[in-house]
Amino acid sequence: MDLRLDDVTVAVDDNVIVRDLSLDVPHGQVVGLIGPNGSGKSTALRCIYRALRPSRGAVWIGPDDLSTLPLRRSARSVAALTQDGGTDLDFTVAETVALGRAPHLRGNQPLSDRERDLCRRAMAQLDVLHLAGRGMLTLSGGERQRVFVARALVQEPQVLVLDEPTNHLDVRHQIELLSLLRGSELTVLVVLHDLNLAAAACDRLAVLSQGRLVATGTPADVLTADLVRTVFGVAVSVVTHPLTGDPQLLYSLDSAPSSEGITT
Amino acid sequence: MTSSTAVDHVANSDASAGDTSAEVAARPSPRTGNAVAALLALLVISIVVVIGLGPVVIPPDETARYLWAALTGGRIDADEVTTYQIIWQIRTPRVLLAAIVGAGLSAVGVAIQSLVRNALADPYVLGVSSGASVGAVAVTVAGGLSALGIYAISAGAFLGAMAAAALVYLVAYSRAGVTPLRLVLTGVVMSFGFQALMAVIIYFTPDSEATATMLFWSMGSFGAATWGGLPVVAAVVLVGVVVLHWHGRTLDVLTFGDEASTSLGVDTIGVRRRLFVITSLVTGAMVAVSGAVAFVGLVVPHVVRIVVGASHHRVLVVAPLASAVFMVWVDLISRTLVAPRELPLGVITALVGVPVFLALMRRRGYLFGGR
Repeated sequence: MDLRLDDVTVAVDDNVIVRDLSLDVPHGQVVGLIGPNGSGKSTALRCIYRALRPSRGAVWIGPDDLSTLPLRRSARSVAALTQDGGTDLDFTVAETVALGRAPHLRGNQPLSDRERDLCRRAMAQLDVLHLAGRGMLTLSGGERQRVFVARALVQEPQVLVLDEPTNHLDVRHQIELLSLLRGSELTVLVVLHDLNLAAAACDRLAVLSQGRLVATGTPADVLTADLVRTVFGVAVSVVTHPLTGDPQLLYSLDSAPSSEGITT
Repeated sequence: MTSSTAVDHVANSDASAGDTSAEVAARPSPRTGNAVAALLALLVISIVVVIGLGPVVIPPDETARYLWAALTGGRIDADEVTTYQIIWQIRTPRVLLAAIVGAGLSAVGVAIQSLVRNALADPYVLGVSSGASVGAVAVTVAGGLSALGIYAISAGAFLGAMAAAALVYLVAYSRAGVTPLRLVLTGVVMSFGFQALMAVIIYFTPDSEATATMLFWSMGSFGAATWGGLPVVAAVVLVGVVVLHWHGRTLDVLTFGDEASTSLGVDTIGVRRRLFVITSLVTGAMVAVSGAVAFVGLVVPHVVRIVVGASHHRVLVVAPLASAVFMVWVDLISRTLVAPRELPLGVITALVGVPVFLALMRRRGYLFGGR
């Protein structure tokens, strides 16, 4: 199922956070959304999992305008890894993952055998099955993050949006998660800060700067030294990965220009 | 992350983890079922035993015989009428009210703690009880509602509670709906306002009846229980608990935050509004007949979570039952320990509940809101 943002503008109190954003994520592709802090990446994602309503424009899931669907319906097509998600209560990992079935179930309708199997497989895929009986409050940040991705998979969505999914993950789990996304049939829009991982994992990249889309295309087209300097304010050398052919960026701590572009 | 064959291998070889997940991910485990059956039995036994205890002690089998006679229209001897009156007219409604209010308070406590995402929330945090006190005192002082006879004060308390809840909701409302923190802050702040209002009323009407009414409503007591008032509060609490339990999974989801809830298809604004109405109605109905019984709605939810875990599906069955049993015995202590005077219920709930809670928290390493 395609995901399409059509001229989406988000303004909060006259403060425009995202301006005229149009973006296509074709069925089955992984598109990376990159840009400096405060460039509107998370805001754009919020419109897709409906925590925000665009002030103008629309988000389309396949043939449907999202805003015309009931929330439960769209949660069956679109799953999200959000940036909040901490809980005060000590649910077990298995209970948390099972909540991914919430949009499919009424009231206290119990999980079917198929659904419990689905939960088990998602936990195995995210390498958290051994934690199934553990309390969420006892997990490390990375383990918790993987549990939330498992919960999103259990929603059986066609579209998956992830806000910095590699946060807190060790390097092995970062690579495993991104190759899982690549190998899946899902339509994926993912916000990433690690540009090298983004280049390796994504079919296409979209670059946001101050709420506007400034570049889009394959990683090789987008990730040029020029663009990284103008958007991120960092000087880099771009090399080609010897095995995969993906562009990879080499940073040097001395090369940070004295420009005002860094908004961290 | 791993290839599919490896996934199968993991799933099959790790049988113990698989069992755990199958158990906790789904339907209530047999263990919860047994606990519920045991608590139900304990509740029935407690009710019969406690009805028999007081200034006149009646053995449980005798009590059961009287209750059976009352329920089935059976015969009792003429010389037993006094005992029968004590049991059926005085003690039974009181004990049943204790059980009902106990159940309702903990169910509402569970729901409100998740609704406002705050471990310190209790059924009264949204201003309902202080609103009820103002209503009750106002009716005592100013009269009015006299058409309702002996229920006038209860009606005043209920109206006060509903008015307070509505006011808190409207003040807390913003364009983004009612956020948890706004709701709690508004409730707490306005409670102070209502209490001040009540103090003013009492200050300007040096009337001992008004003072007694205020004490009753701020301490809580089941001393005013009658058969007449029981069905309404019983029905409201029963329906309330069932509806809250039906929202179990939604409450689970809500505790993960508004963004995650939305992504899981939960309309947080609508759900919060619905739950706010339900919990206010149930609390208002309880406060109107028994005043504000402290501590139970705050602590029983935590104690039950320590024992059965966080899932609302389980907590919202076990907590009402456990709390009903607890309240029945607390009320017995309240009316017998220093008879004929009565100890305030809040004193006993705290004296019993604090050590139990602290012991459980230390032993189980209870976590609420992080390490």
